[in-house]
Amino acid sequence: MEKKKQSVRTLFTAFLKIGAFTFGGGYAMIPLIEREVCETHHYIKKEELADIVAISESTPGPIAINSATFIGYRTAGLAGAASATAGVVLPSFLTILVISWFLTQFESFRAVRYAFYGIRISVIVLIFNALLLIWKQSPRGLLPYILMAASFIAVTFLNVSAILVIAAGLGIGIASVMASRSIKKAGETK
Amino acid sequence: MIFLSLFLTFFKIGAFTFGGGYAMIALIQQETLSHGWMNMEELINFIAVSESTPGPLAVNMATFVGSRMGGVFGAICATLGVVLPSFLIILIIARLFHTYAHNKYVEGAMDSIKAVVIGLIASALFSVIITVFFGSSASQGQNTSSSGLIFAGALLAADLYLTRRKLHPIAIILISAGLGITAGYAGLL
Repeated sequence: MEKKKQSVRTLFTAFLKIGAFTFGGGYAMIPLIEREVCETHHYIKKEELADIVAISESTPGPIAINSATFIGYRTAGLAGAASATAGVVLPSFLTILVISWFLTQFESFRAVRYAFYGIRISVIVLIFNALLLIWKQSPRGLLPYILMAASFIAVTFLNVSAILVIAAGLGIGIASVMASRSIKKAGETK
Repeated sequence: MIFLSLFLTFFKIGAFTFGGGYAMIALIQQETLSHGWMNMEELINFIAVSESTPGPLAVNMATFVGSRMGGVFGAICATLGVVLPSFLIILIIARLFHTYAHNKYVEGAMDSIKAVVIGLIASALFSVIITVFFGSSASQGQNTSSSGLIFAGALLAADLYLTRRKLHPIAIILISAGLGITAGYAGLL
């Protein structure tokens, strides 16, 4: 019991550290998680971490949050999940809270307006890079290409809700597995 | 009521966040713009701010919008909303399905989500380009001058070159900010 309480506390501080030093998306934090959680505290094995990352990718929500909840639960149950998740969220919550108080006043300075003019252009590049990265991992074939084009057109030009598009994507993915399975089965029975 | 509306909107965003923050720009754009919580230009500025601070985009966005619309309590409601779906879903999966990630149906669903996410990011890219180069309705004549357009094009090319050289995103944001200030005071914008 005492040991569990202790690990609830160390989970919080370990994920506080992970949350504070994760810039630029969930994948950047995986090496940090590995060091803190696998090597320093031995909460989970490295092979398990690969599985947890795979699950975090295939469930909704940011990878950072998903893996914190998962590792916290594995280590110390519900209390562990809550403390790891709170730890990973807290640094960015506090940082953004402070920024939100100053950003608007800040934007009234002429130099800041000019700076953001340049910054907005760099955002194009950031998004373009994200697009390239996912393109490299994405499946090829007729169905994926149709899905890419259809979701782009639906959201950009037809104002269809992105939630609807994602839900449809999930449904089509499951349906295509079912279809290919039943075709296989039909082939086997012949 | 603003607090409930913040919580529910960001709960929805949290529940449908797949494939990283950039995939969610289109979703966040639809939700926050339709509530009038942000305009497109503020959203693009905030993407850069979020990239330069720790934490996932969806969570940062929730805290920021929540704080602006409802103070500290608004920030708490929105952040709790965006985190809760992942938290609950992971708890269920950690308890029940150890083979979840290797399930055939999950793999199939994720394959098609990756394709959908490409469409969503492309859509975000498209609307950001339109806003940056041609100005949204909310901006006051931004980028109307032809020298501004030329500067923007040149900076875009420079940024692309810098990312190819594997420069860190924050460095690229800072260089772009510096060039923006220089161009502004030089009267190019």
